[in-house]
Amino acid sequence: MAKGVKPRVRVPKKAAKGDVVEIKTLISHNMESGRRKGKDGKLIPRSIINKMEVTFNGKPVFTADWHPAISANPYMSFFAKVEESGEFAFKWTDDDGSIYEKTSKITVG
Amino acid sequence: MKTNWNRITLIATACAVCIGVFATSANATDWGPYQVDDRRSGYTYMTDESRAMQVDSFQNPGMIWVEQGAELWTETNGKAGKSCASCHGEAAETMKGVAARYPVYDEKAKKLQNVETQINTCLEKNMQAEPYKWESKEMLSMTSFINNQSLGMPVNVKIDGPAAEWFEKGKAFYYERRGQLDMACKHCHEDNAGGIIRANTLSQGQSNGFPTYRLKWQKVGSLHRRFRGCNSQVRADRFGYGADEYLALELYVKWRGRGLPIEAPSVRN
Repeated sequence: MAKGVKPRVRVPKKAAKGDVVEIKTLISHNMESGRRKGKDGKLIPRSIINKMEVTFNGKPVFTADWHPAISANPYMSFFAKVEESGEFAFKWTDDDGSIYEKTSKITVG
Repeated sequence: MKTNWNRITLIATACAVCIGVFATSANATDWGPYQVDDRRSGYTYMTDESRAMQVDSFQNPGMIWVEQGAELWTETNGKAGKSCASCHGEAAETMKGVAARYPVYDEKAKKLQNVETQINTCLEKNMQAEPYKWESKEMLSMTSFINNQSLGMPVNVKIDGPAAEWFEKGKAFYYERRGQLDMACKHCHEDNAGGIIRANTLSQGQSNGFPTYRLKWQKVGSLHRRFRGCNSQVRADRFGYGADEYLALELYVKWRGRGLPIEAPSVRN
């Protein structure tokens, strides 16, 4: 597991039915591309988060495959239309198989 | 004939108005607190996207270091069994304004102290702990956290009294040519601020945003890292982190940005 990985998300606490809300996410991660060389001249092995998935009440709303050109500490924001109260569940998958998760609730009404 | 004259006057007036509009549009941007007289923060040289990234405290990746610093602040460290908070309490109160007035002359140490050297003095003397390595995660987190407490406060360093000697040394350094390229700080940051050097826009080289999250570095970096980078780019010998030369330069550069708001952690490209 890469060191110092901490996911953060920002979802509005409340919204009206049918609102389009902005959801912001940021995860601290080195995102080592596998292309850089260390002081010893050898390649530093690749270690990135390769997938991000977001579900709302169990249904997928956003998925992204990430590749080595994604920056360190990736910030991702997207918009979603909310029709009911519920919970956004965020999941990031690391190259080494580690999974980082975070959830956030929103009240609609 | 009479109407013709009227028409000419009208055209002349219209032209004057046009010139007026163009003249002001070149200078029209109101940078608010990010500009004081002719002193402009590096913020004003960034793209809209980078600026948006900096001011949104969620999107600003430098805030990761601020959070880590907040954790370190209350963590017990060293043989004395103390944390920073044991003496300094709430950082939001006690550290407010520190970034705006540092570096300061320390009577006991008989030298200039910046935030980094002050942290290490505290660690060694008061906490009996190992000092942080300059560009380590701990040091960058702590400086980001401490400087962030002064967010928006205007830079106001003391350059009289015992600091005057350091100020003069820093000023001399700023104008002194060095390296194979034979360049001084002023050649880029005073004479050519706003111009392009290779693919980068030159700023005035203000220090109010440090430690800064540099997109190129993909992490937070200290002012002395920036100094070292500049020095090696003109192919000069670099000084060590925390060297007296850089401390003096830090004071002088900070003074050049007097009145500019503390932006730590800023976002730069």
